[in-house]
Amino acid sequence: MRVIVCVKQIPDPASPYELDPDTHFLQRPADQVLDDTDRYGVEMGLMIAEQTEGSVTLVSMGPAGNLQGIRQALAMGADKAVVVDDPSLRGADTLTTARVLSGAISREGFDVVIAGTESTDGYSGVVPQQIAEFLEVPALTFAKKVELDGATIRIERQTEYGYDIVETPTPVVITVTAGVVEPRYPTFKGIMAAKSKPIDQVTASELGVTVDTGQQIISIRPAPERTAGEIIEDDGDAHLRIIQLLEQAKVI
Amino acid sequence: MAVNTTWVFVEEQDGKPAAISLELLTKARTFGGELGAILLGAGSEDLYAELGRYGAAKVYHLTPDERLPTAAAAAAIAELVGTHEPDLLLFGLTSTDRDVAGRLSARLGKPVISNAVEIGVDGDDVTVTNEIFGGAQLVDTVFRAGAPFIVVARPKSFPAEPGAGDGATPELIPVELPAVGQAGVAVVTGRHVEQQEGPQLEEAAIVVSAGRGLGSVDKLAVVEELAGLLGAAVGATRAIVDADWVPYSRQVGQTGKTVKPDVYIACGLSGAMQHLVGMKDSKMIIAINKDEEAPIFGVCDLGIVGDVHKVLPKLVEALKAR
Ligand SMILES: Cc1cc2nc3c(=O)[nH]c(=O)nc-3n(C[C@H](O)[C@H](O)[C@H](O)COP(=O)(O)OP(=O)(O)OC[C@H]3O[C@@H](n4cnc5c(N)ncnc54)[C@H](O)[C@@H]3O)c2cc1C
Ligand SMILES: Nc1ncnc2c1ncn2[C@@H]1O[C@H](COP(=O)(O)O)[C@@H](O)[C@H]1O
Repeated sequence: MRVIVCVKQIPDPASPYELDPDTHFLQRPADQVLDDTDRYGVEMGLMIAEQTEGSVTLVSMGPAGNLQGIRQALAMGADKAVVVDDPSLRGADTLTTARVLSGAISREGFDVVIAGTESTDGYSGVVPQQIAEFLEVPALTFAKKVELDGATIRIERQTEYGYDIVETPTPVVITVTAGVVEPRYPTFKGIMAAKSKPIDQVTASELGVTVDTGQQIISIRPAPERTAGEIIEDDGDAHLRIIQLLEQAKVI
Repeated sequence: MAVNTTWVFVEEQDGKPAAISLELLTKARTFGGELGAILLGAGSEDLYAELGRYGAAKVYHLTPDERLPTAAAAAAIAELVGTHEPDLLLFGLTSTDRDVAGRLSARLGKPVISNAVEIGVDGDDVTVTNEIFGGAQLVDTVFRAGAPFIVVARPKSFPAEPGAGDGATPELIPVELPAVGQAGVAVVTGRHVEQQEGPQLEEAAIVVSAGRGLGSVDKLAVVEELAGLLGAAVGATRAIVDADWVPYSRQVGQTGKTVKPDVYIACGLSGAMQHLVGMKDSKMIIAINKDEEAPIFGVCDLGIVGDVHKVLPKLVEALKAR
């Protein structure tokens, strides 16, 4: 099967995020990492490709930087990548993002598209569904388990009350939760191989997408602060202080 | 024009409207204009009446069959939008709502703003507020494309209150789920509902949540015992949900449930941004963590720098002795 995995490069979550004071967009250094949640998608994609003697193509939109995050995913074993980067896409909304990604995905051709349930920096959690609509295929979302049965994909779809079993023949878009599989670590060989794997860099207009963002950030303001509480070191009796507070709150 | 018509998407869950949809109907009443509900589910007289009490004048009723209804529901709503031209379409941050809202956005070519914690209408402008950085900052975004404006809101952002008066039974408009080709071929072949003991996570007055600091799944017993003694619900971080210690329905945070109990007791969890947004509005927060630098201490009323394996058993014993 031709598997496409949507992956995002994001600023390292370990360093504090900053917003550009003028545009209000997240500042994106050249060094970006693979969104951790996308490692699950890449692993799932590799597993499906391995089972079906298929291929894994990564598709990503956003500032390319030095492509470090994309190489992380290639080092895991993906075959190639398409990266859409173009100054007109700065601050693109989810609809634009989905248009661009669907454009790139259609151009490649696909049986299965895999995405995360939500990205770490944007977490709108709607881009994959928008992609599925543009591609006119079902979206099997919030998968905590994925099974391949011939050309049928079956998942456990997490819901607020448990999970549903949902299945469909391909083509399909699947979104995977963290925990669906255990992502592999790149091997040294994988890291070396990633250096020479093809990364196709394209612009939105090359995909025939005109950017037209229908929303605008008008302000960013601090939330009302919570007053700092009391912090105590447990000296063996801290549980008594908890009980006092529960009494004060009149819950015991 | 202002907002003349608002529609709220209502997923039927367990024979009732999903809690978030009642919150959204309550909020939508403040915008004035006509209020409609788009119901996805089997429907019943009780359910329609409930939607009426929350202000819905019309209920567009979509009845799902064994197919995964999300793509067909989006197509049906898009058709209704074409005919009735509502201004504002509200969804909750739940699995089905997100699927329908995303597909609808693409189908209509209209943006959707997700994770809303506030929605403001001012003349022709609809502004949506989001929390970023774990709720430390608020971002206001205004729609620039024309109506309809699609918003996906976080649960518990608005209280759910029935409207004044009895609320007339709404006009019921059955709507066919159209055929949507390949997009509609997925079927639901099984449904697993988790049996939950004790109070519902979203409704409990006290929530006791556990994180990876508990060390292993068997250590959760003390958290459960504490919850039992307090009549509390057990919550969890995504870390221990992903590790399969507890089901997803226990997850609190960005991608889990939002809770606002009287007391939230955080046991061995760091207080990552994505966890904080789901619980920081609790009335009182008590945290136990052995690392004094843990971010959870930045939002708590009482922070105990200590070992959960020492503090929790003593707390349980002391409560039992009362
Ligand atoms: C897009 C996205 C969405 C997410 N959504 C959610 C969400 O909805 N909910 C959520 O919770 N997370 C969510 N996360 C994950 C989140 O970022 C954190 O990884 C997660 O909350 C961490 O869980 P934790 O606190 O249990 O684990 P850790 O961060 O590992 O913290 C464990 C804590 O336990 C303490 N500890 C260890 N041993 C002891 C001991 N003996 N006694 C006391 N304390 C001890 C440690 O000091 C540490 O602070 C999301 C992440 C992403 C990227
Ligand atoms: N710019 C992007 N490039 C590639 N994939 C993306 C992009 N934005 C979103 N996605 C995919 O869609 C998922 C959900 O993202 P979001 O809707 O931003 O929460 C992510 O986990 C990715 O798999």
